[in-house]
Amino acid sequence: MKTVVLMGNPNVGKSGIFSRLTGTRVITSNYPGTTVDVSRGKAHLLNTPAEVIDAPGTYSLTPTNPAEGAAAEIFTQADLIINVVDATNLERNLYLTLETLERGVPVIVALNLWDEAGHQGITIDVAGLERRLGVPVVPTVGLAGQGIRELVERLDEARPSETIQPMNEEERWAAVGRITGEVQAIAHRHHTLRDRFAEASIKPVSGLFIALAVMAATFLAVVAIGEGLISFIFEPLFDLYTPLAMQISEFLGPGILHDILIGHLIDGEIDYEQSMGLLTTGLFVPFAMILPYIVAFYLALSILEDTGYLPRLATLVDTFFHRLGMHGHGIISVFLGLGCNVPGALATRVLETKKQRFIAATLMSISVPCMAQIAMVFGVLGPFGMQYIVMVFVTLAAVYIIVGLILSRMVPGECPEIFLEIPPYRVPNLRVTVSKTWMRVRGFVGEAIPYLFLGILLVNLLYTVGFLGWLATAFAPVMEVWLGLPGEATAALLVGFLRKDLAVGMLVPLGMTPVQLVIAVTMLSIYFPCVATFVVLLKELGARGVAAAAGIMVTTALIVGGVLRVVLIGF
Amino acid sequence: MYLKMITMERTLLDLEPGMQGTLTRLAGNPGFVQKLRTIGIREGKTLTVITRHPLGGPVVIGVDGREVTLGRGMAVRVIVDVAA
Repeated sequence: MKTVVLMGNPNVGKSGIFSRLTGTRVITSNYPGTTVDVSRGKAHLLNTPAEVIDAPGTYSLTPTNPAEGAAAEIFTQADLIINVVDATNLERNLYLTLETLERGVPVIVALNLWDEAGHQGITIDVAGLERRLGVPVVPTVGLAGQGIRELVERLDEARPSETIQPMNEEERWAAVGRITGEVQAIAHRHHTLRDRFAEASIKPVSGLFIALAVMAATFLAVVAIGEGLISFIFEPLFDLYTPLAMQISEFLGPGILHDILIGHLIDGEIDYEQSMGLLTTGLFVPFAMILPYIVAFYLALSILEDTGYLPRLATLVDTFFHRLGMHGHGIISVFLGLGCNVPGALATRVLETKKQRFIAATLMSISVPCMAQIAMVFGVLGPFGMQYIVMVFVTLAAVYIIVGLILSRMVPGECPEIFLEIPPYRVPNLRVTVSKTWMRVRGFVGEAIPYLFLGILLVNLLYTVGFLGWLATAFAPVMEVWLGLPGEATAALLVGFLRKDLAVGMLVPLGMTPVQLVIAVTMLSIYFPCVATFVVLLKELGARGVAAAAGIMVTTALIVGGVLRVVLIGF
Repeated sequence: MYLKMITMERTLLDLEPGMQGTLTRLAGNPGFVQKLRTIGIREGKTLTVITRHPLGGPVVIGVDGREVTLGRGMAVRVIVDVAA
């Protein structure tokens, strides 16, 4: 089977072409470094089955970060390279093209973003470029699918270049300049409104105002969409379901099966938040409390990603993030982490050094609750008043900053400066936005719900055998004396390793005061990542790195919990 | 009237926002030079400083119609000629 590898600079649309070739849907965004992992897919090319690999973007075959390293390594496995080139930025992209051609592998060039080049007044002599490179060149628009058929049809013409011979770096740059000058013409373009906004959003003062407005709008949109989905779709659905659930409850009668499926009736009624049965709380928590916010958040995130705003935000916050031992690019992992900590941890790969990646991953695990957890915090604390929710998030933000300041001084290693290309603003494509939101939501449903079920089952079983009672007694001294929480809250911390959203839900029946709830949910955020994130951290940081990170997490949790207790409750 | 063109060599960090310069030299190790060149910042290019963030923050420059953010430690090693 042939191996076809998509190679190209960051943010030139490789993933879009990959999706078109393989029918496999992968996340595409308008910022460099969306693909940090290698995606593989199958396609029928040249009348034979082929494996298509989407490599992370790289500017050259000499890597500067792990994502680029992965690209350089994949290169060696290729039978055929599809070199994806940004037609709006030919000169810069050709360097990698020449480097690739010099290696003597069969190459075909996809001149992508061809429509955008046209809009920008850039014309490229495709036949001329083809002649000079000695390999086929096909103009494409990956997201719209334009030119993909021709690209596939001409794959058999891909061959090692005869015109490009190995050269040194200086010669390569000269060749890049010469070829670009010969095949490209740029018409003069007037400043547009978009250009002016682009400038305003990256300057310190105007940029800060725009950033605050964007953040506020995003937050309000997520809350409005989430609440709307809950009150107009999901709660009415559960109102319809309640009579059926009650019938099941009566049919089962009291017993262990009833406890597991329906849970405990409260005043003879099903309480979806507290009953803790698989068919009651097990369905209500994921679908009516979390899913609406997940949908809302990923919709907003997709739009933010596809406009190209995030790299500008990274520039604005760079000064601040530098103090915390990272640089501005670290904000991407915070944003993705707000959806789910797993992609958040993976996003740290775009940072150059081990120190930066360790700090970014550790801080995210400690202080960035995922959307599932946030939704539950809103659901549990919301009824007591917004001020309690604010307390949780202000505490987490303060912890992010303080722990960051400490780690940036204590963790050995380099902290290089930001170096980031700012993509042009683009209007998000509706089809891409919807499909990306759907992919991520489906990911949540596929992974979260089995774990939630497992969690509820486990809680019921452990409760029945008396383990949770024993645990509560064993940890009561720490919980009560140090944190001011009831010993039973220990069970939530245990379940938090499986699913933090469920753990927050488990706090409800304990009848705690709002202030105790604030302490408990803050602790849940900080003390340890959930198992899915833990596995990814293990891969990204190594066993020793994770051990160090875990130590920091537990220590931070105990200190923060103790401080909160003194501040909010007193001695 | 004949005016002699005078050029001055400065670093990118010396340029006020809005000013332009032609890149003459990258003063750094080979890794640094390659990193900048591959993103399009190389000898002979006209660079426009778009903004400089306060408190030691990064510099944003325009090159070939694209914007690139780079830290001050890098900007100070980018040597440009400014037409005076």
